[in-house]
Amino acid sequence: MARHGPTVLRVCRAVLGPVAADDAWSETFLSAMRAYPDLRPGSDVGAWLVTIAHRKAIDQLRAQARRPIPTEALPEPASRNGQPGGFERDLWDALKELPLRQRECIAYHYLAGLPYADVAAVLGGTAAAARRAAADGIATLRRTYLVEDLTLEGRTSR
Amino acid sequence: MTSPTTLLSALSAVDDDVIERLHERLASAAGDAGLLDVAYRTVDSPVGPLLLAATDAGLVRVAYAREDHERVLADLAARISPRVLRAPARLDAAARELDDYFAGRRRAFDLPLDLRLARGFRRSVLTHLPEIDYGSTASYATLAAAAGSPRAVRAVGTACATNPLPVVVPCHRVVRSDGALGQYIGGTEAKHALLVLEGARS
Repeated sequence: MARHGPTVLRVCRAVLGPVAADDAWSETFLSAMRAYPDLRPGSDVGAWLVTIAHRKAIDQLRAQARRPIPTEALPEPASRNGQPGGFERDLWDALKELPLRQRECIAYHYLAGLPYADVAAVLGGTAAAARRAAADGIATLRRTYLVEDLTLEGRTSR
Repeated sequence: MTSPTTLLSALSAVDDDVIERLHERLASAAGDAGLLDVAYRTVDSPVGPLLLAATDAGLVRVAYAREDHERVLADLAARISPRVLRAPARLDAAARELDDYFAGRRRAFDLPLDLRLARGFRRSVLTHLPEIDYGSTASYATLAAAAGSPRAVRAVGTACATNPLPVVVPCHRVVRSDGALGQYIGGTEAKHALLVLEGARS
């Protein structure tokens, strides 16, 4: 299970942002440890963890919605990983403007590596819809995230 | 056009200390919730990094690097419980005693042991191993007699070779009747090093 720790954290961060991701990560693994003995041998542990992380992320979002102070009011994290295009500011700023469904599809497909059919199984709906949501999200990110940071674009375009 | 992977590259950097901090939090929360069945950590030693694993009952496994720690952990998950988590604090006492042993400050271990990975005759051999004093050796035949089956010399060899708790349960003190070292789960070099440390070999 430890092997999946970083991946699950990336998924939680992409869906929830840097602050709530830690809690969702912990809840995911606690829940997984509780349920692990019932997991069928040979199951895809990565996909199973994403399913749990998805539920925990929704819990976090519901809890956020109930809180009187919106997350935007939380103090800005001091570090942005010390590099341009660091996650905590730039990428998350762009990601959080996307509809939740697009963030989820991007996270589960591109970060967790699930095929779209599996993404659809986690989220409901069809594989085609999941593919479209991820593609729309990526297209938006290309406009909103990269354009702001020419350094990053210069560094990463091929 | 920038690939999605590149686009998301800022997310790929997950600091080791972030994961470390999350793991510690998880280990303590899982422990509180009774969900941590096997805790493990590694320690450095003069015979290479050792993996230590414990259940609620006690130290259940010590493994040399040559046994492949990843494989040992997978085996523990299969044989004991898949709830395996790195939780160094739970193995502080074992780590401290091993440190003392390798520094020559300790001659016997005083740790609760969980022998569940050894059954039957092998287990009975393990319970007799601590009777061989620090700094001395015994032959496989002597140990077979001590375990109540004088003719089971070969089985004693197997019990030592599959000792789940090397170093702590001193199978390294069992040598061949002709004085040769014999096999060792940590390799003959490690066996020799331990006997030199204890003053049983020069």
